[in-house]
Amino acid sequence: MSVVRVIEPGALTLVHDLGRPGLARWGLSASGAFDRAAHRLANRLVGNPDTAAALECLLGGLRLGLPAGTWFAVTGARGETALLGADGRRLRVEPHTAVLVEADAELQLGPVTHGLRTTVALRGGIEVDPVLGSRSRDTLAALGPEPLRAGDELPIGPAPATPVPAADLVPIDAPADGVVELGVRPGPRLDWFTDDAWRVLLSSEWVTSARSDRTGVRLEGAALERRAHLAGVELASEGMLWGSIQVSPDGAPTVLGPDHPVTGGYPVIAVVVDGSLDLLAQLRPGQRVRVRLATGRY
Amino acid sequence: MRVLPYGDRALLAEFDSLELALGAHAAWSAAPAPGVIELVPGARTVLVRIDPEVIGLGHAEYWLREHGVTALDLPAGDTITLPVIYDGDDLDVVAAAWGCSVDAVAQRHAEVEWVCAFIGFTAGFGYLVPVGAARLPAVPRRATSRSRVPAGSIALAADYCGVYPRASAGGWQLIGRTDAVLWDAERDPPALVAPGTRVRFTEVQA
Repeated sequence: MSVVRVIEPGALTLVHDLGRPGLARWGLSASGAFDRAAHRLANRLVGNPDTAAALECLLGGLRLGLPAGTWFAVTGARGETALLGADGRRLRVEPHTAVLVEADAELQLGPVTHGLRTTVALRGGIEVDPVLGSRSRDTLAALGPEPLRAGDELPIGPAPATPVPAADLVPIDAPADGVVELGVRPGPRLDWFTDDAWRVLLSSEWVTSARSDRTGVRLEGAALERRAHLAGVELASEGMLWGSIQVSPDGAPTVLGPDHPVTGGYPVIAVVVDGSLDLLAQLRPGQRVRVRLATGRY
Repeated sequence: MRVLPYGDRALLAEFDSLELALGAHAAWSAAPAPGVIELVPGARTVLVRIDPEVIGLGHAEYWLREHGVTALDLPAGDTITLPVIYDGDDLDVVAAAWGCSVDAVAQRHAEVEWVCAFIGFTAGFGYLVPVGAARLPAVPRRATSRSRVPAGSIALAADYCGVYPRASAGGWQLIGRTDAVLWDAERDPPALVAPGTRVRFTEVQA
């Protein structure tokens, strides 16, 4: 069995598949790849099923030792990416392309320049032992494969029956650098807030906080005020979702991520629609965000 | 039952009592509609996650109402018994809240049959409430949380009881500890308690 060697994990690199949905009764959220589109695309580029485990690297800086014969693809956040051969040859790696490693080489992800999380898929997938049906690291429950450390050797699974598809060019833009628009629909506790709070949510410009992670992305800006008679009232704990916009007592909104707690006690004013969830994964600290009301069936 | 909006792929059913919410959760879980992916109980709510490709929000709401629940009986889940050494640091706080002696806290706590209402805080942490209408007086949370509560600690807050599945920070009042393993990812199922599980505590000596 071939293995990928971790030379340098960067700030934080996690193993992820599409998570373990359906275990809320034990207190687990689904977890799984934060940028699901990037995850699916990376897997498809190397002929893997969508469910294969790949690597999710925060901020770049990941260096991997790849054995000859490995196919890989890099999607999600952009940064300068190179394949360094034993002979010192340096090959630029294009995003969204399946690349074959012809002789043992080092894959180097430079610092990210657009977006935040880079997905690296290897043909065959990362075949660490699954925990409760998934190879995803749930950072809140501290469950699943440990974050990568220098010196780790991760098994690469056998090549799937599906071939590496012939796709020369997958025209997908890099994650946006400017204002990112998140579509939302009303949440269950919209009526806890003043009419003005809803207008403020939809009309102001928010700034992505540096205190954001896979549990939640905090937005900084105006305070979303509760109706006077509900100020200081504690909400009985209720179910939460990836995309729930929870508002803490000081009025600050947090958009919950894939590793969210299954229940929470802060009122949810709105919920980010499914089609906008991947955007959350790529928001850089300081990046501006606008929230708009999503219309249509979903 | 009130059905509240919850974005584009969920609804929140809200009830007047925990018993109704638990009853609805049990009934809907027993025979979920196609497209209903997950039902997450809360203190007075059930979050209903749907796959909008399979069932629309309108149809899901219709289905919830058609299968409305009137039973007040708590669902009969499995019963587990946890051995407890009642030597927690906050027995005096609980005794004051309950208006009894420190020694009587263990007895009163062990007399109650508890049921897991919902899971929160962390994986495997069940919010336990007494079965039936009789509630114990509410216990205040600690003014400042402890930075580390050992695994197996049995604690009270408001009218809930909980057992810490692993060492973590915590603001509940500690009354004792158990050596039962509440959470083990290698085990199937990994959690000892899930919504509907009944829990009995029996006192053992250190």
